[in-house]
Amino acid sequence: MTNRILNHPVLDPIDESEVVTFTFDNKEYKGLRHESIAAALLANGVRTLRHHEESGTPRGIYCNIGHCFECRVSVNGEQGVRACLTPVQEGMNIESGGKLLTTVRDWRASQNG
Amino acid sequence: MGKVIIIGAGPAGLSAAITIAEKGLDVLVIDEYMVGGGRLLGQLYEEPNGNWWNGIKESKSLVERAKNAGVEIQLHTPVSNIERIDDEWVIYTESEVHYTSHLLLATGAAETPLPIPGWTLPGVMSVGAAQVMTNVQRVKPGNRGVIVGVNVLSSAIAMELKIANIDVACITLPKMNIPTEKSADPMEVMNSLLHVSHMAPSAFVKLGSKLMTNDFMKRMGITFFPKNGVKMWDIPIMLRKAVVEIYGDGKVEGVKIATISPSGEVVAGTEENISADFVCIAGGLYPLAELAAVAGCPFYHIEELGGYVPLHNEQMQTPVEGLYVAGNITGIEGAKVAISQGVTAGLAIANDVLGGGLESNIQQAIADIETTRDNAYIQFHPEVKEGKRKLQQYWEEHQNKSVAITL
Repeated sequence: MTNRILNHPVLDPIDESEVVTFTFDNKEYKGLRHESIAAALLANGVRTLRHHEESGTPRGIYCNIGHCFECRVSVNGEQGVRACLTPVQEGMNIESGGKLLTTVRDWRASQNG
Repeated sequence: MGKVIIIGAGPAGLSAAITIAEKGLDVLVIDEYMVGGGRLLGQLYEEPNGNWWNGIKESKSLVERAKNAGVEIQLHTPVSNIERIDDEWVIYTESEVHYTSHLLLATGAAETPLPIPGWTLPGVMSVGAAQVMTNVQRVKPGNRGVIVGVNVLSSAIAMELKIANIDVACITLPKMNIPTEKSADPMEVMNSLLHVSHMAPSAFVKLGSKLMTNDFMKRMGITFFPKNGVKMWDIPIMLRKAVVEIYGDGKVEGVKIATISPSGEVVAGTEENISADFVCIAGGLYPLAELAAVAGCPFYHIEELGGYVPLHNEQMQTPVEGLYVAGNITGIEGAKVAISQGVTAGLAIANDVLGGGLESNIQQAIADIETTRDNAYIQFHPEVKEGKRKLQQYWEEHQNKSVAITL
């Protein structure tokens, strides 16, 4: 399945010559060199990049230019990498984030109720 | 002599870099995106003379010119902090620390989000995100989208999606709540659209907008605005409907829309579902000015310029020593204005470093900004010149105050 816009009526055709293989949550995907991690995953039909650390709800790209940090993933073990700004590379090991135990919320109300 | 540092490789930053390098000075441009060009990259529209304004080509040519002029460009490099230590600016990136006497902030703009129930679902994105996916990354944001927020940016991007053969079900308003208030008021939206009606392909829409010159006519226009919208590029624009919720199980499956009154209140019992696999939120642009705030620059809120802007004069100089600004950080306008502001800032910086001699070039460059502004095809705010006049007044007040303190 590909959602790439190969032939655009006004813009030049895209360079499809350099294909890279990467993994996202241990599954293998193919992307094009020079495209962002977020674009490569979307081209493979993957929208969910992580689950919210506290609520566990799924998240994908929002701003796509690096401001909102909604697309943060781990790349080769480094956390908090923005998928929308990072070019996908051969052999990249990308992992989504998931729900964490949080100590931020005040749980007393829900425990009493 | 150290190098001039520019943060932001968009049209303003790159044109400033070229101007400075052509005066024989060293320049480093830093940008966190993977390609140079900034928001110019996504732009694509047909000009009245039939030529296409192709943001990718324009960006490539600016990057090429900058490189030929000897400018160093560091991409994929986020700047995390700037501070003034002694008589230098210190710029912290994730990998290095840079020092300069002259720093230009050309950080551009960001999009105002409109909170709507369901907006965290994968598939909901800012309208600019869909533009970048489509035109720069060349991946479809989805097969069928709904755009929430009717403004210059969203209408322009709706057309770009259409050109790339992506179906846009409709462009409509968000449900009114505290943060969405202005974007959700049909009258406000109608007002803001009237000044871009020359872009509408239909003679009927153009003629209609000419008739809407007084409040009574506008009110009538909203009251009798067809419930199913008027079509622009075959996309229904619905000013009497609002998205009350985005729904889907784990990803966007559609939006729930309802009819709204002329003042934006939801009419109970009118809800219906529109299926879509992506939703674009279009709250408009605001100047992205965090670094100027960190640097201690005074700010003023100027509605006509899109929000809080750092105080600066005609030469793009802020009251903070060695700190300059250019492009959308100074107010929301098109890329061509940003380019001429970049040239002006570049000349002002070069003039200061070289100890003078470029005064007449600077005056010419300032006049060029004005000409470019007058000829702009897309104007984000009809009163942008009034906004600039206010800013100039704030600058003069600030200068007078500083003089008073010094005396």
